[in-house]
Amino acid sequence: MGTEAVGRAIKPALVKARALCKRYVQRAPFSRKKFVIDALMDVDLEIALGCLTALVGESGSGKSTLASCLGILEKPDRGEIWFEGSKVSFANSRELTALRPKIQMVFQDSAGALNPRFSAAQIIEEPLEIQGRESGARLRARACELMEEVGLSPDAGNRSPLEFSGGQRQRLAIARALALKPTFLILDESLSGLDLATQAQILNLLLDLQTSHSLTYLLISHDLSLVGQVADFVAVMHHGKIVECGSRQQVFSAPQHAHTKELLASVGVVEAAFRTAQVGGGQ
Amino acid sequence: MKYLERRVIHGILLLIGVSVLCFLFSDLAPGSFFDEMKLNPQISSETVAALRSQYGLDKPLPVRYARWVESVLGGEWGYSFAYNSSVRSLLVVRARNTLLLTTLATLFSWLVAVPLGVWISNHPGKWYDRLSMGGTSLLLSVPELVLVFGLLYFAIRTHALPVGGMTSVGFDQLGLWGKTIDLVTHLIVPVTTLVLASLPVLVRHVRASMVEVLKLPFIQAARGHGIGPARLLFRYALPAAGNPLISLFGLSVAGLLSGSLLVEVITGWPGIGPLLLEASMSRDLYVVVGAVMSSTLFMVFGSLLADVMLVVVDPRIRVE
Repeated sequence: MGTEAVGRAIKPALVKARALCKRYVQRAPFSRKKFVIDALMDVDLEIALGCLTALVGESGSGKSTLASCLGILEKPDRGEIWFEGSKVSFANSRELTALRPKIQMVFQDSAGALNPRFSAAQIIEEPLEIQGRESGARLRARACELMEEVGLSPDAGNRSPLEFSGGQRQRLAIARALALKPTFLILDESLSGLDLATQAQILNLLLDLQTSHSLTYLLISHDLSLVGQVADFVAVMHHGKIVECGSRQQVFSAPQHAHTKELLASVGVVEAAFRTAQVGGGQ
Repeated sequence: MKYLERRVIHGILLLIGVSVLCFLFSDLAPGSFFDEMKLNPQISSETVAALRSQYGLDKPLPVRYARWVESVLGGEWGYSFAYNSSVRSLLVVRARNTLLLTTLATLFSWLVAVPLGVWISNHPGKWYDRLSMGGTSLLLSVPELVLVFGLLYFAIRTHALPVGGMTSVGFDQLGLWGKTIDLVTHLIVPVTTLVLASLPVLVRHVRASMVEVLKLPFIQAARGHGIGPARLLFRYALPAAGNPLISLFGLSVAGLLSGSLLVEVITGWPGIGPLLLEASMSRDLYVVVGAVMSSTLFMVFGSLLADVMLVVVDPRIRVE
């Protein structure tokens, strides 16, 4: 914990979550039976300013629910969220409108995350228009700037998002997220589903943008080898709880919780299986 | 453009197919319009035979079909034995009345269904969503017949609305305003029945399509940009949920001429419905064929309209 304390001492927390709880209740039709899923149970998390914090865990462990709560897309049932030192959970709609541009999300499904009825440029223009940041010719000019910044040609501005490749769509989604000049970017499995080369390119882009825009990232992933390369801090989720949290070295080299050890061991197993498959395929 | 041409050719082929089937089936049915005359001792069998021959009913089926096609191309659409006039002149008046009824009903059902469906889809599980779902389930299970009788019962008990027909006695003596009011009060019972009958399906479709779309990440992203609820629902979600709704709209246009048969017969609305019923009962062959063909024409037009709208609204269809 010593390294984490040092890290936290240097970098103040941009986002703090305290005792977050979120429960989903589903009722079967014409039945008294209820299905209760405790997606978040007393979750505490601090995300250090200017750092990349990774949230790892198996599917269904509550990562995306936590991301939605931190992105103020869902309200937690209980608990508090603090952003830049002020309490944002249960904020009123006017406060939320002012806050939303600062927190943006990039989703996993890039095809579903972009409005199929809009052109690429329109997709970037929309948040600017909604927030009244730009209008008229400046709107298109700003969209073109952002497209260039994420490595897309502004000439492609009139194309439909579905005409882009997966990697290009993810760049477009990043450009849209950057349009409102956020300070906190939540990457919800944003690199999953991309091939390794594209993944590396997008990751490099994100790291460059982190420096140029002073961004704080929350990277949600189940790819531990990826997290091992880029994260400053790592939080491990299991059954709606954060079971381990600390600096990357701390979590990777000296995991405390059994689930973290299991996850790390599984990476080894998968890699070994992959190597075996490669050898088998070569024969 | 090629896509559209292909659809039009499909439509024409469908019309030809339906007309052939219409003739085949009417030929399979026993008896003809003139058979009932044989029961009348005052009309000799020679007269009946002469009438059959005059109207060409003694000719073989292909010849009758060819004559009918010729008559359609000449704009007559065949001849009605019962009304002693061309089928087209009969159908035009009746179709106009039916269209007045069904267009209003379709318009009102969509005007209610879209905002209601969109609104409740944004709050699934809330009391008004449950109330709407319960209400539409109930309406869905009530037959059109019960609805129209219920409304007619209300009209009789309250004397607030006319019980049947399209106009009151002395309609011609009324001024323009009086005529309009008279027509509107006559429209209320049949239009309300048709709206109540089609509303549950539309509301449920709009809601279901919207609920699916509202779960998509691009809607979450738009929420994250601080978009207002009205803009989110109508500029983002509704267009994305539009494809199945456009197809449904095409179907409702397709049913404009045929969907109100029962209601027209019960409320005495002088539309295609009662005409088709009478013509079928008296075996007035060309009127039946004409009514079926005009319904088919609407069916083809409705699906063509939906296809064109889909191409215009959804760029993906063009790409694919």
